[in-house]
Amino acid sequence: MGKKILITDPERCTGCRLCEIVCSVKHDGVSNPALARIHVVKWDNEGFYLPMRCQQCREAPCLAVCPKGAIRRDEALDCVRIDYERCIGCKLCVQACPFGAMGWDAERGRVFKCDLCEGDPQCVRFCDMKAVDYVEADRLSCVRMRQAGEQYSALMRRYGRG
Amino acid sequence: MALDRNIAYIDLTTGEVRTEPIPLEWRRKYIGGRGLDAYLLYTHCPPQADPLGPENALLISAGLLVGTMASASARTHIMAKSPLTGILGSANMGGFFAPELRWAGFDHLVIRGQAERPVYLYIHNGEIEIRSAEKLWGSGVYDTQDLIRRELDDPETQVLCIGQAGENLVRFANVMTGRKNAGGRTGMGAVMGAKRLKAVACRGTRSIAIRFPEEALEYNKQIIDQVVSTKVSQIMQRWGTGFIFGVTNTTGLVRCRNFQYNQLPNSEDIECENLDKVSIGLDGCFGCQVHCRHRYIIPEGPYAGTYAQGPEYTSQGAFGAEVGCRSLNTVLVGNHLVNDYGMDTLEVGSMMAWAMELFEKGILTEKDTAGLRLAWGDDEAVIELVRRIAFRRDIGDILAEGPLGAARRIGPQSLPYLIHVKGMSNLHSDERPTPALALNIAVSSRGADHLRGRPAIDLYNLPLPVLERVYRNPDGYTGPLTNSYSEYEGKPRMVQWQELVYMAVDSLGVCKYHTVFLSPNHPQFKEFARLIYLNTGLEFSEREIWDAAERCYTIERLFNLREGMTRKDDWLPDRYFDEPTRLGLPVARGKCIDREKFRAMLDEYYRLHGWDENGVPTPETLERLGIAALKPAA
Repeated sequence: MGKKILITDPERCTGCRLCEIVCSVKHDGVSNPALARIHVVKWDNEGFYLPMRCQQCREAPCLAVCPKGAIRRDEALDCVRIDYERCIGCKLCVQACPFGAMGWDAERGRVFKCDLCEGDPQCVRFCDMKAVDYVEADRLSCVRMRQAGEQYSALMRRYGRG
Repeated sequence: MALDRNIAYIDLTTGEVRTEPIPLEWRRKYIGGRGLDAYLLYTHCPPQADPLGPENALLISAGLLVGTMASASARTHIMAKSPLTGILGSANMGGFFAPELRWAGFDHLVIRGQAERPVYLYIHNGEIEIRSAEKLWGSGVYDTQDLIRRELDDPETQVLCIGQAGENLVRFANVMTGRKNAGGRTGMGAVMGAKRLKAVACRGTRSIAIRFPEEALEYNKQIIDQVVSTKVSQIMQRWGTGFIFGVTNTTGLVRCRNFQYNQLPNSEDIECENLDKVSIGLDGCFGCQVHCRHRYIIPEGPYAGTYAQGPEYTSQGAFGAEVGCRSLNTVLVGNHLVNDYGMDTLEVGSMMAWAMELFEKGILTEKDTAGLRLAWGDDEAVIELVRRIAFRRDIGDILAEGPLGAARRIGPQSLPYLIHVKGMSNLHSDERPTPALALNIAVSSRGADHLRGRPAIDLYNLPLPVLERVYRNPDGYTGPLTNSYSEYEGKPRMVQWQELVYMAVDSLGVCKYHTVFLSPNHPQFKEFARLIYLNTGLEFSEREIWDAAERCYTIERLFNLREGMTRKDDWLPDRYFDEPTRLGLPVARGKCIDREKFRAMLDEYYRLHGWDENGVPTPETLERLGIAALKPAA
């Protein structure tokens, strides 16, 4: 099985934000979107919803900016992780992340980010619409191509052969 | 934890704000949400208060499980004395306001007094600020929320507000949040308007600690699976509540042309399948996987391109069957307008249908309507009437008074055509073939209403063992049950049971589509007990939740009795007894309600609740429920 990646699909998202609270309950035992590693960004005047979360970048700015080497890649899970033993709480990573995916828990005085729930992301497990999904990376393009090609292929099948 | 949220007492006349913790004893007795609201209304609204005066108490609350690991725990409850009916005003809505209120530190707001100039409340992490709403006054529901988010420079703020209808004191104005979440019925928007309270904005980042997080997370998954595995949820996930219209209309359970027919023939255009043409996707309330309504774009006409949400089953009736219209675009536009103006779609539909019947009979003429011809099925007249009601222009000003207020102005000859109970219009449903559903609307504590105690599963003719499993618990009911919806026997129990299960979910802040409403297999008392325990640590038995619900429902009854309601108000319009249905399937055709059998049902219903033959809770009942200090009116 190939490595999996977390993907989001705004076309499927109904904007319910269940992903946010299962995330904070799983990680912190509390319901609080401010502590969630995923957030549904909503354009309420248009009805457009986009779940945003850590992209687990290959060239991760949070990792690059960390002065203590407290952020590292977990190759097995294809995930960027925080080593709290080394973290000094300087928050440079919070400022460096271009997606806003590195959070700061003011109460506990520490940064936090998505850890893919050790390979069983709860946001994915709870999303009935599969607007957040965890899929094998090497199959993703194939699936997308099939989806994108559906309309074209339907036309071709109908008219293409004259 | 989930029990550390506060209650705020806000006086808009003086600007005083006081915050207090919620005593644990109140949790045990009234749970929260609607249940605790009922107690607070009884104690904070003085007898015979003017609903539109400063003395009326407006309660805004989040249920006990809102924002926790309880699926669809999204519900805000609103209570006050109703300017529509003069008795209990009560409205429940989804969306995202209630969880935000809890994250901001509050479960209940008790709002009294009247501001001198328009204001809105801004609630932020324990702080409550009264801010000017002068610039917002006159704005619709969509714009108001947008303007407040801009003013606060925070798009994550959740706003509950009124539109123009609430400002204009339309007696069935709603409190709204989001595009279409409606605190509808009983005119709570007019109470806000009278207090010059345009909105309540909320933003919070205070954690709600879950008592047993791992177990609560797993149990929530189980509950979600239980709900979405039922056929009815799956249909709703795909089509929204609009699917109900096809079912009830085919059977003959839909009021058409006010009350002249019980079916709208040739209704294809407004059936839910057509929503696919305009839908850009479905929409979920907080934490809900049922996502029962569409996001849609109006396709044609003067409102083309407008983004709105819905339309619900109720709007297919209001802008379709009731007024004899058959155009999807009219349903889409009407639904959008009532949501943006902030009015009750059910009441608007019923008032329009009644006015059209009066026009047909010559009781209303073009002189009364400033030239507007109120002809059945006239799409343009319907949309124009919606605007006139919201802005109280000519005939709209009369209809904005609600059923009894409008009838007083039009004259007694209009009364026989009115389909109302206790001064509130009914949904577009026709209960003549279904005695259980008829009893529900007659006895509901907020006037004609299906969300107070409708035993909707009675319509399925389920096998008796299924009904026994549902309706015998948790108090060990041993009386009769019948599974044909034409029967009278055993139906009072179904209504009483549904009243209490709905009281329980409304107090927990969970959606009715997550309990026994449209499916016998959805969560109920047993699941509620587990959800409360895992999320809050409070131990309730099934029976204790039942008892709390009974206590709170009885308080609603006491409030209504205090405000002058009597047994004769638990009754249906004469047309239910005298005019048989004309259309529909054989089981629904030629039906009307039998007066004597209905009277017997009412007696049995009172007995089940522990109320005397006049519908007054007996001293023993009050003692048993621990509310003897709350005396019924003499």
